[in-house]
Amino acid sequence: MSSDPTPLKPGNPKPWNDPRVRSVAFQLIAIAAVAWIGYSLFQNTISNMESRGIRTGFGFLNETAGFGIIMSLINYNETMTYGRTFLVGLTNTLLVSGLGILFATIVGFIVGIARLSTNWLVAKLALAYIEVFRNVPLLLQIFFWYFAVLGTLPGPRQALDVGGVAFLSNRGIIIPKPVFEAGAGWIGIALIVALIVSLVIVTWARRRQAATGQIFPAFPVASALILGLPALAYLVMGRPVGWDIPTMGGFNFSGGITAIPELGALLLALTIYTATFIAEIVRSGIVSVSSGQTEAALALGLPPRRVLRLVVIPQALRVIIPPLTSQYLNLTKNSSLAVAIGYPDLVNVFMGTSLNQTGQAVEIVAMTMAVYLAISLSISLLMNIYNRAVALKER
Amino acid sequence: MNKTIITMGLAATGLLAFAGSTQAATLQDVQDAGELRCGVSNGLPGFSQPDSSGNWAGIDVDTCRAVAAAVLGDADAVEFIPLTAAERFTALQSGEIDVLSRNTTWTTTRDASLGLNFTGTNYYDGQGFLIKTALGVDSAYDLDGAAVCTQAGTTTELNLADFFRANDMEYEAVVFDTSEASAQGFDNNRCDVLTSDTSQLAALKTQLTDPDSAEILPEIISKEPLGPVVRQGDDEWFNVVKWVLFGQINAEEYGITSDNVEEMESSDNPSVQRIVGTSGNMGEILGLDDDFMVDVISQVGNYGEMFERNVGPDTPLGLNRGNNALWTDGGILYAPPFR
Ligand SMILES: N[C@@H](CCC(=O)N[C@@H](CS)C(=O)NCC(=O)O)C(=O)O
Repeated sequence: MSSDPTPLKPGNPKPWNDPRVRSVAFQLIAIAAVAWIGYSLFQNTISNMESRGIRTGFGFLNETAGFGIIMSLINYNETMTYGRTFLVGLTNTLLVSGLGILFATIVGFIVGIARLSTNWLVAKLALAYIEVFRNVPLLLQIFFWYFAVLGTLPGPRQALDVGGVAFLSNRGIIIPKPVFEAGAGWIGIALIVALIVSLVIVTWARRRQAATGQIFPAFPVASALILGLPALAYLVMGRPVGWDIPTMGGFNFSGGITAIPELGALLLALTIYTATFIAEIVRSGIVSVSSGQTEAALALGLPPRRVLRLVVIPQALRVIIPPLTSQYLNLTKNSSLAVAIGYPDLVNVFMGTSLNQTGQAVEIVAMTMAVYLAISLSISLLMNIYNRAVALKER
Repeated sequence: MNKTIITMGLAATGLLAFAGSTQAATLQDVQDAGELRCGVSNGLPGFSQPDSSGNWAGIDVDTCRAVAAAVLGDADAVEFIPLTAAERFTALQSGEIDVLSRNTTWTTTRDASLGLNFTGTNYYDGQGFLIKTALGVDSAYDLDGAAVCTQAGTTTELNLADFFRANDMEYEAVVFDTSEASAQGFDNNRCDVLTSDTSQLAALKTQLTDPDSAEILPEIISKEPLGPVVRQGDDEWFNVVKWVLFGQINAEEYGITSDNVEEMESSDNPSVQRIVGTSGNMGEILGLDDDFMVDVISQVGNYGEMFERNVGPDTPLGLNRGNNALWTDGGILYAPPFR
C-alpha cells in the first residue's frame, strides 16, 4: 500500500565524504605542514647558530644602537635602541614611498594624457620624456640627481636664499619651522571643522546635481572654507604661531626644517622613473575606451574637459588600476636603492648599519623582508578595494 | 632590481643552509679545492685593490696570499671576493669565504657574538678626519655642527657618534654603502668632513678633484687593530691563519726576507731554523709542511716587505711604520715565539 518510495533526500553525507569538508581539511593540513617545516627549519638554524657561537634572538632590539641617523620622522638619537632604528628606517621608507607614489601618479597621469594630446608638440614632448627616462637604469638616475644635479648646488655659506627665510644648498632645502604657542590648537580645530563642513557640502552638492541637474560651485566654496576658517582662528587667537627662521652658524644652518638632498634625489628619481610607466598605463587605459563613448558625450554637448573627467577616465580606470598597483609595488621596492646615496631608509639603517653592528643577519633580514611583504600586501589590498569600487557594475 | 635585499637574502639563506653542516675542516676543504677564497674590500688603496688587469694588490691581499702559499704552496691560488663593510661577516659565517681580510677592526662584539675569531693584527690603525681646508678648522674638537661622510656598517660610524657625544657636539652623519660614494660625497661638498681609518685618508686626499682643497686633522679618535678573521669552531684553521701572520712577523725580526730565505735554510740559528723548517716540526703540528714558511716568505715576503710594498713610504699611501714597527724598533708588533 504505502509503496510510495520515499524520495532520496539530498542527505547529509558523512563528513569525510563531504567535498567541502574535505577541501578545507586538506588545506588545513597543507598549511600545518608548511608551518611545521618553516618552524623546524628556523629552530634548526637557531640551534646550529648557537652551537657555532653566533648570537641569536631578538634581545638586541632593546640594546643601545650608538650610531647617529641623519633624518628621522620620530624622535631619535644615538642613545636609543636598535628597535628604535627599525622604526626610524621604516618611517623613512614609508615617507619616500608614499610621496613617490603620490608624485609619480600625478606626473604619470598628466604625461599619459599629454601623450594623447592633439597638440603635436605636447604629444611629442611627452613621448620623448617617456622614452628617455624609462630606458635609463634607475640607479643611474638616482646618482644623476644626487651627484650631478643636487650635488652641484652651492655650499651652505653661499646658499641660494628665498626671501631671507628659506635656503637651498647642497645640504638640502631648509625652511622656517612653525612654532606653536598657546591657543594654536584652535587653528587645528578650525581646520577640522572646515574639512567636515566641506565634505558635507560636496556630498550635498553631488546629490542635488544628481537629482535636479543643478550645479553648485562646491569646490571654490570648500577651498575658501579650508583656507579661511583656520586663518580666521589664527587672527582671532592673536597670531599664536611663530616661525623658527634658519640662521647660518658654523658649518651649516641651524633651526628650521631641513629636507635633505638624499630624500630629494631619491624622490625625483623614483617619481620621474615610475611616472613613465604610469603614463603608458594611463595612455593605454584611455585608448581602451571606445571612441563611441567620447563622440556620444561630445554630442550631448559636454565640454572636452568634462568628457575626459566624467566619461573617459572613469571607464579607463578599470584598465588602469591593476597595472598601476604593480607600479606602486615596484616603486616601494625600488626605494631601497636609497642605500646607494645614503638616504636612511629601512634597508640602509636597519639591514645595513644595525645588521652589521649586531651581526644578527637572520633576524634582521627576516624582519626587513616581512616589512616589504606587509607593505606590498597592504598596497595590493587597498588597490583591490579601490578596483572593486570602480569596476563595471552590471545593472 | 633590488640588489641589496637579494644579496642579503641569499646570504641569510646561505646561513640557514650552512647552519646544517656542523663539523668544519676548512684546511682540508681549501686543500681539496686547491684554492683559497678570501674576502677583501671593494677597493682600498694599499689594502686591497684590483689593478686595471684585475690583479689584486695590497696588504690585506698579501695576507691572503701568504695563507695560500702556506696551505697550497702557491700564493696565487686565491680567489678574491670583494665585499662591502655590511656584507663581510655574513659572507664569512655562511661559508662563502674561508678567510676575511678586509681592514676589519677587532672588537669584543665581533669576536664574541658573531661566531668569528680574529687571528691577529696586520695593521694597527686609528680613526681620523679629512676636512675641507676652506673651512679653516684645524682641530677635531671644533667640528660642532659639521656634516660627516662615512660608510655604513663600520666601527667608524660608531666611533664618530661616541666622539661627538663625548665632546658634547652635534653632527650630521651622511652614511654611504661604499667608500667610493662617501669620497664622492665629500668631494661634492655634501659633507664638511670625511672620516675613516687614518691609513686611508692620505690616499683619499690624493683622489680628490683638487687634493689641496682638503687636509687631515691631527686627532686620532680610536684604536683600530685590523686583521684577518675566520669562523669560530675550527681551531685547526684558526691556528694556521694565525701562525702564518706570526711567522711573517717573526721572519722580519730574524732578518729572513724573500731574497735571503734560500740561504737562511742553512742558517745555524735555531730560531731561524724553526721558521724555515730545518729543525723542529712547526709545520707538522699545524697540519702543514714543515717548510711552509719558506713558501710564504719566498712568494710574499716577511711582514716588513709586505708593508713596504703596499703602504710604505715609497707607495702612494706613503705611511711610516709607526705603531706597526717591530717591538724591537719602538713599535708594538710583537709576535709570540715560533717554537
Ligand atoms: N676598520 C673599520 C672600517 C672598515 C671599512 O669598511 N672602511 C671603509 C672606509 S671608511 C672601507 O674600507 N671601504 C672600502 C670598500 O667599501 O670596499 C671596521 O672594521 O669597521
